[in-house]
Amino acid sequence: MAVIAKQEDDSKQDGLILTADGMSLKKSLARSLRMQKLRALMLILPLLAFILITFIAPITDMLFRSVENQIVRETLPRTLNELQYWDLSQKKAPGETVFHALYDDLEIAIERKVHTRLGTRLNYEQTGFSSLFRRTGRNLDAIGKIWQKQFEEFDPFWKKGENWANLLMTSDWINNAKEWEKTSDHLQPPFVLKPELVNLLPKTTEAYSAFARYVQLEENEALYKKDPWPGIYIKLYQDLISEPDLSALSGMGADELRSTAQMVSTFETISFKDGFLEIDKDWGEIDIWRTIQVYASSYTSGYFLNAIDMQNGPDGPELRPENERIYIILFMRTLYMSLIITFFCIILGYPVAWLLVNIPTRKSNLLMILVLLPFWTSLLVRTSAWKVMLQQQGVINDILVWLGLVDDAARLVMINNQLGTIIAMTHILLPFMILPMYSVMQTIPPSYLRAAKSLGATNWTAFWRVYFPQTIPGIGAGSILVFILSIGYYITPAIVGGTSGVFISDRIAYHISSSLNWGLGAALGTILLGVVILLYFAYDKAVGIDNVKLGG
Amino acid sequence: MKFTITFLVSSALSLAGSIGFANEEGMADSMTVVSWGGAYQKSQQRAYSEPYAAKHDGLTVIWDESSAEAVAKLRAMNEAGNVTWDLVDAVAADAIRLCDEGLAMEINHDEMLAPGDDGSTATEDFGDLLVSDCFIPQIVYSTTFGYRTDLVGNTPPENVCAIFDLETYPGKRSLEKRPVNNMEWALLCDGVEKDNLYDVLATEEGQNQALAKLDTIKDNVVWWSAGADTPQLLADGEVVIGSTYNGRLFSVIEEQGQPVSMLWDAQVFDLDGWIIPTGLPEDRRARVVDFLRFATDTQRLADQAKFISYGPARASSAPLIGKHADLGIEMAPHMPTDPANAKNTILFNYEFWADYRDDIDAKFQAWLAR
Repeated sequence: MAVIAKQEDDSKQDGLILTADGMSLKKSLARSLRMQKLRALMLILPLLAFILITFIAPITDMLFRSVENQIVRETLPRTLNELQYWDLSQKKAPGETVFHALYDDLEIAIERKVHTRLGTRLNYEQTGFSSLFRRTGRNLDAIGKIWQKQFEEFDPFWKKGENWANLLMTSDWINNAKEWEKTSDHLQPPFVLKPELVNLLPKTTEAYSAFARYVQLEENEALYKKDPWPGIYIKLYQDLISEPDLSALSGMGADELRSTAQMVSTFETISFKDGFLEIDKDWGEIDIWRTIQVYASSYTSGYFLNAIDMQNGPDGPELRPENERIYIILFMRTLYMSLIITFFCIILGYPVAWLLVNIPTRKSNLLMILVLLPFWTSLLVRTSAWKVMLQQQGVINDILVWLGLVDDAARLVMINNQLGTIIAMTHILLPFMILPMYSVMQTIPPSYLRAAKSLGATNWTAFWRVYFPQTIPGIGAGSILVFILSIGYYITPAIVGGTSGVFISDRIAYHISSSLNWGLGAALGTILLGVVILLYFAYDKAVGIDNVKLGG
Repeated sequence: MKFTITFLVSSALSLAGSIGFANEEGMADSMTVVSWGGAYQKSQQRAYSEPYAAKHDGLTVIWDESSAEAVAKLRAMNEAGNVTWDLVDAVAADAIRLCDEGLAMEINHDEMLAPGDDGSTATEDFGDLLVSDCFIPQIVYSTTFGYRTDLVGNTPPENVCAIFDLETYPGKRSLEKRPVNNMEWALLCDGVEKDNLYDVLATEEGQNQALAKLDTIKDNVVWWSAGADTPQLLADGEVVIGSTYNGRLFSVIEEQGQPVSMLWDAQVFDLDGWIIPTGLPEDRRARVVDFLRFATDTQRLADQAKFISYGPARASSAPLIGKHADLGIEMAPHMPTDPANAKNTILFNYEFWADYRDDIDAKFQAWLAR
């Protein structure tokens, strides 16, 4: 309200000029300006949306992936809960409670088939997790079956899922569930446990609830017929061994429960730890547990550490062993080779741009077509053509041998190394250097050079002191274009670069499409993005971004 | 790159028939199959999909040549909740990963696949080749060596260790730009027993030993990443000897008549086959299952060998292998599984590489970069 009052106030003060509809001119002007801005915004809206969807969103997603690590916590919540009490310094694998929790977590993870996904994730950090989880997935049932078998041998009642449902669920729910099965066209009635059993058998009912949720929501099968998982037998054993008072219990299965309760003390059991160690002795390794503990949090710096040749060691981040360091080398190589390529583009592009501006139009048009021609040819074709040219049995070597300049036995190695990458990429990126230079040179009046000369400058001085400084914005623009394009280049270095001429992009592609370590790929990409932004600001500080011109 | 083969029959009668057919069996009338492109995909089309489509009017089969990126793309599709592929051709290692990630459907082989012509069940017929619950093997291929007959003098190589023998066989050799297979060959030629290969390779010393052996020829290696590289390098005379898939070499030797010969010693067997993505709608899955039952039966697997020199995955198909469809030569001697070729073989160790892939690859790439 205060704002409106003030506006009215304003209009009163300079309210001398009014428009035809009695509004103050200031207001009217502001409105029409606002309309104009809105209209302008509407015009760029498609572009804005396009950039947002195809550029900003994927980049944000990538940034997020490089730190995201929810899978460990989501798959092993109970284990991590127990694991926080484990003391690494004791140099001993965790105790029974952790293994018990691990059994509970894995039983449901295996049903959901996410345990192998977790294994893949952790295998990025430590070799062996992949097969550890796969093997455990295949054999975990063996542990629960020890209990299950004894229950079932004592009383066949425990064999059938229907009996379990009758024992644990309210009769109303059973009726509803049977009704549902006849039609099964709507959602299953959510399970309802008998309240008195929740108190008497807390662990069993809790485990059964998890089982029920999975069966109802994820499998969408008839719960009351489904045989429970072996783990639920373990929980029932644990509930019964603590001797709950079952005397008041009535209804279906109550008698069987009471008779079994008297027998459970004779049941054979094994420790979970022994069970896991029998499946795979690696579960006794401290390193396995340390890795799980280190990667317990939902967000991790692990991928970024990896991307700069480091890892999470026992005492915080540390360098990787020397024979595994690769990313720093590749980052440095990407940067310095891009610089070399940019440099060669300037050296080669400058005279061409100068010619384009200074020769007669008819000839310069032809030259322009030659400059633009590579744009109309597929990148792959151009790169492969370089292969044909440069290889040892290739065109250039053949000519040199034929001319007698090079011995047949000592043909030049010009491809599958850094030289190959530099040659091919300089060629491919050259137009990006020539075009901005050309458009800047075009705006320099030839009379400047003539004036300098008439005032007594030599050719060189006239060029160096008068002409060249005016072309710097073009060089700047071309350099930024070429440099930024080249540090992200993938296909050309991959084809002609061999091993010594590949860039960091090669590893990013490998992690995205081959090793599937998207987190690491994302971290590498993020670092590359950061480097570009950093260099851009450094350039701005040194040369000034206002001095960059693409034309005019 | 996609191309579509449409089998449309023009008459209204068959149109009505096809609609009736689609409704009757509850199957989708189009199917997107992902494979590797090239001669291999062609062999699948001629042996599997063309005969199948001839029997099913109105079916459209769309081929997508994306198998090389199948795992990454399927994962992306799955995350986006829109799986557009119905059937994917993948090497066994990828199939295992897809299965691990929950991206491939688990299948009951005996229930879903036809029994062998010799009366064996599908499980018996495929035998040890059923390396994953999600995987239906199709062919056995091998990664092995080809050499230029004109560049090896009078002593053509008979042993895989020729690649490390720079004195007898000077010149470049091409190896794949990844540790798999190369590490095994290096150890084998450094005196490690074949049975101990993976035990040795699992240790830090073993990995260093393999890299040290590779180091002796590092300057003379052209590293390839696409299966077509080595055949091209051999044809150009850029390399003396190089590793690639045996079917590629067959085409260089028999179809293009280049002066190249096979070195079968220590070939590494691997499998290629089908997986069905998870989360397909009922009608599309029904179509794929129906197609697979046909395309993986004894006769069809044997038929594929008419077009490409990869061994059928069913034991019962082996006796049915005939002559090449276009060249008219007997195909059996060109199969990696032929007894004469399979005297000394290594079977790709899936479990080992699933575990050690990341670790050894980091070391291998660091070694390459040095």
